[in-house]
Amino acid sequence: MNDTEALEITTPTEREVVVRRLFDAPPGLVFDALTKPELLERWYGPPGWTLVVCEVDLRVGGAFHFVSRREDGKDVGQRGVYREVARPGRLVNTEWWDDWNPGECLVTTVLTEQDGKTRFTSTTLFPSREVRDTILDSGLRNGAPALYAKLSACLAARA
Amino acid sequence: MQPQGYGQAAPRGLDSTFAALADPTRRAILARLASGEASVMELARPFAMSQPAISKHLKVLERAGLVSRGRDAQRRPRRLEARPLAEATVWLERYRRLWEGSFRRLDALLDEMKAVQPRREPAAQRTRKRRR
Repeated sequence: MNDTEALEITTPTEREVVVRRLFDAPPGLVFDALTKPELLERWYGPPGWTLVVCEVDLRVGGAFHFVSRREDGKDVGQRGVYREVARPGRLVNTEWWDDWNPGECLVTTVLTEQDGKTRFTSTTLFPSREVRDTILDSGLRNGAPALYAKLSACLAARA
Repeated sequence: MQPQGYGQAAPRGLDSTFAALADPTRRAILARLASGEASVMELARPFAMSQPAISKHLKVLERAGLVSRGRDAQRRPRRLEARPLAEATVWLERYRRLWEGSFRRLDALLDEMKAVQPRREPAAQRTRKRRR
């Protein structure tokens, strides 16, 4: 696996999750791919899911709405509002889910040029430790059965 | 989320699963049930908690479809139902795979975009032409 593909997910504080990745393209192209619906539709979402709704109003105070649909028809929707839009290096937005709103998450995405490539760092700040723990399982570790091992492994994994 | 024939109130989706998991006592109850079914009395013992208090937690877990009641009329043992947790696990696994799988597709898209754009982004358009 070359340098470009290494995906790192960490939890530096009790409310944060950080995703880091290197892309072999300049920051402007990466920023566009993160924010233009015609480009997002080409890559956003895991295998087997299709982006069926992709609305982006890219400006401070503008909203976005993504709905990913799985092959069996299950939908997962995300929405939020942009707080900072500074192409190509910085994007800050709130985020929550159509079927779960425990409070806003704050997502800060920073793109840094590195020899023509882009270092992507995205930090999600959860509204509380409890919400982050619910997502990440860190609160489940004490006496947790093997069934929860998958939950705890999720965001501590490195590709 | 479809009811899938639990025989209890249909789970109300990820919302109720995560709400059920957000309490440490309930998580500990689930941990205990993962090793085998237990009656309310058996569950209350290690918590030094009253049975009504444990029953309250069990109600939340049952409404979320995470726990069901066994048929033994006397003991009514509680059982762990794995499917909602599996759904939640799938959702979390989706979060990790969302990034990995997506980024591989983003790599391919960025290669395409680079092919039709200059390597270095053009400077702001110059409106003046240089005269020699």
